[in-house]
Amino acid sequence: MGKAVEIRDLTKHYVLKSETVKALRGVSFDVPQGDYVAIMGPSGSGKSTLLNLLGCLDRPTSGSYMLGDENVAQMTDDDLSAVRASRIGFVFQSYNLIPQLTVVENIEVPLYYMGKLDSRAKERCCMLASMVGLGDRLDHRPTQLSGGQQQRVAIARSIVNDPEFILADEATGNLDSVTTEEILQLFERLNGEGRTIIMVTHEDEVAEHAKRVIRLRDGHIVSDERNTDRVIAKSSAENVATEDVESAVERSESPATN
Amino acid sequence: MFFRTWILGIKSLLLHPMRSALTVLGIMIGVFSVIALLAIGEGVSIKAQQDIEALGAENIIVRSIEPPNDSIEFSFSAREFGISRAEMEQIRVIPTIAQVIPVRELRLQFQYTGNALAEPRLGRLVGCTPEYQGINRLEVDRGHFLTHPEKQATVCVISAELAKYFFPYEDPLGKEIFVPAKKNRFSIVGVLKEKTATGAVGGSFSGQDFANDVYIPIETMRRLMGDLEEKRSAGSFERKKFELSQVTCKVKDVKDVPKTAKIIESTLRRMSPDREDYGIIVPFELLEQARSTRIMIQLIFGLVAAVSLVVGGIGIMNIMLATVTERTREIGVRRALGACRRDITRQFLIETIVLSVVGGCIGMALGVAFPVSAEGSKVLADWLAPEYYERIPTYFREVVPVLVPWSFPLAFGISVVVGVIFGLYPAMRAAQMDPIEALRHE
Ligand SMILES: Nc1ncnc2c1ncn2[C@@H]1O[C@H](COP(=O)(O)OP(=O)(O)OP(=O)(O)O)[C@@H](O)[C@H]1O
Ligand SMILES: [Mg+2]
Repeated sequence: MGKAVEIRDLTKHYVLKSETVKALRGVSFDVPQGDYVAIMGPSGSGKSTLLNLLGCLDRPTSGSYMLGDENVAQMTDDDLSAVRASRIGFVFQSYNLIPQLTVVENIEVPLYYMGKLDSRAKERCCMLASMVGLGDRLDHRPTQLSGGQQQRVAIARSIVNDPEFILADEATGNLDSVTTEEILQLFERLNGEGRTIIMVTHEDEVAEHAKRVIRLRDGHIVSDERNTDRVIAKSSAENVATEDVESAVERSESPATN
Repeated sequence: MFFRTWILGIKSLLLHPMRSALTVLGIMIGVFSVIALLAIGEGVSIKAQQDIEALGAENIIVRSIEPPNDSIEFSFSAREFGISRAEMEQIRVIPTIAQVIPVRELRLQFQYTGNALAEPRLGRLVGCTPEYQGINRLEVDRGHFLTHPEKQATVCVISAELAKYFFPYEDPLGKEIFVPAKKNRFSIVGVLKEKTATGAVGGSFSGQDFANDVYIPIETMRRLMGDLEEKRSAGSFERKKFELSQVTCKVKDVKDVPKTAKIIESTLRRMSPDREDYGIIVPFELLEQARSTRIMIQLIFGLVAAVSLVVGGIGIMNIMLATVTERTREIGVRRALGACRRDITRQFLIETIVLSVVGGCIGMALGVAFPVSAEGSKVLADWLAPEYYERIPTYFREVVPVLVPWSFPLAFGISVVVGVIFGLYPAMRAAQMDPIEALRHE
């Protein structure tokens, strides 16, 4: 299996007026394709900083960051935008859907910036909406949806551009335990389909679902272990994923990706 | 794709319909005022040009001006002023001049003794020659204008208004107009068609109202009334003497008008220098002036209106700055999902352009309707408050706004440019935001 991400000696310093905050002090690891990584650590340990670097939202102070076989550490702002548009999927703690757009239109947004908004795009977005269980809510606005439903739209949005990996920063932080379970199930399914997922969390129950846990403290990696007793999310009564939808998505996937 | 960007812009604007509508209103008023003010300006200058053209570009008019009566002293000697017959003869010999047409005007009461109901009416008694008709474009309704064989006769031609006033049920032809002040009677040989008043031209020449005119042969006037005028009114006694009110000189070739005007001026000055009791009006030159005045009017009105467009633009900027701040998080999300700076700039710029284009279109539509609505409001004003409407000078009542075709693309163009200029700063501010900061924004 190829490497999705390879970072070496990544540092990030924030230069303030009086002092320099060393948020990351040399972090190195590889993420193979299809991995499911949870990043943990106390508050202020640099988790979000690391995720922003991985998401190409920011540039490291030093070190290298290979995405596939490209070093994205010193790319220009426009090039980083292009990388985000086509190769990375984001899921945020506060869902971050665009309020004036409908469910389908929200899912379409990354395609728009990729320049791939063709006639098949809408069809694909509808498929993804039904995959996350919102096939009957296509024209609803974010304000008309519950938190869990919004997060599912956000997950559909994160995979619409068929990214190399999905980044989730506290994606379940605002949700109750039942909804958290649903979201984790979705992640598991995506990971099962071969998608790489890197998520930040401070809940052990959430981290237990990952295949691997990286722990940070004061900008250093303190441990990086495979999860031996991994928990698989249980199907709840109102489980949304059905065989039919899954196969429908697979069918829609094949024409869109080639 | 392109289309979607615009749809998105409209959707975002519809999120705050009231706010967007008010912003559009600002631009709309700006565009409308550009079109409307230019239309008024155009109407004024077209009217001015028509008035000047009515005087005839080939004519030079020498007009007597009565000096202000500032002597408080009681005086028996008559005040003498104005252009004289001798001076007219000097002008007549200038070779470039084809014709000189003398006019003498008096303000008097007229009466028709056959109609006891009609009170005497104040009007203008105009002593003139048959050529007067042509210069002033007077049209005859019934009978005929004064003729050369009648130049000594006690005949007259009256205006349509006087005919209507004195002879509502009779045929005026053959009846007599009585001038009580002179105790003269003139038999009517012709009635004119209605003629609208002309405006003041070139400052030195007041407008002419032809409504209450009676025209008689100038030689008859001289024979019956002489050159002396005596006026007695409550406690004051005034004597004035003038030979002619006006001499219209028709130049053979329009090209010679400016030259001829100079010759006339120096001729008159040579005969009696330092006089200020006459004025020379050269319609040809006034026409040239009117053309450049027109450009000035358009420039000034255009600038005034452009100011309101700029104010509208500031409104746009204000709203867009608020919008950008409000939608900081959306900007962060879009950046995270792959939007580059240019995409963000474009998105917000499109919103401002939509605002200004919509405002521009509504403004243009109102502009098209402006001349009609202006006429309508005149009618309305006349109907609601006729006594106030009457007091507006005729000249202004008669100005009809004329749409200037190029004011439409101009106003629209300015509105779009204003939208882009004032939208650019907020849009760039949005694009310059750090995506991480923007995502963190509450
Ligand atoms: N823009 C910034 N400017 C200055 N310092 C920053 C900035 N962003 C983060 N830091 C600092 O870097 C360190 C790491 O912050 P980071 O947000 O990565 O922590 P975290 O692990 O995500 O914490 P939490 O669990 O609370 O989200 C902190 O000390 C923080 O104060
Ligand atoms: Mg964090």
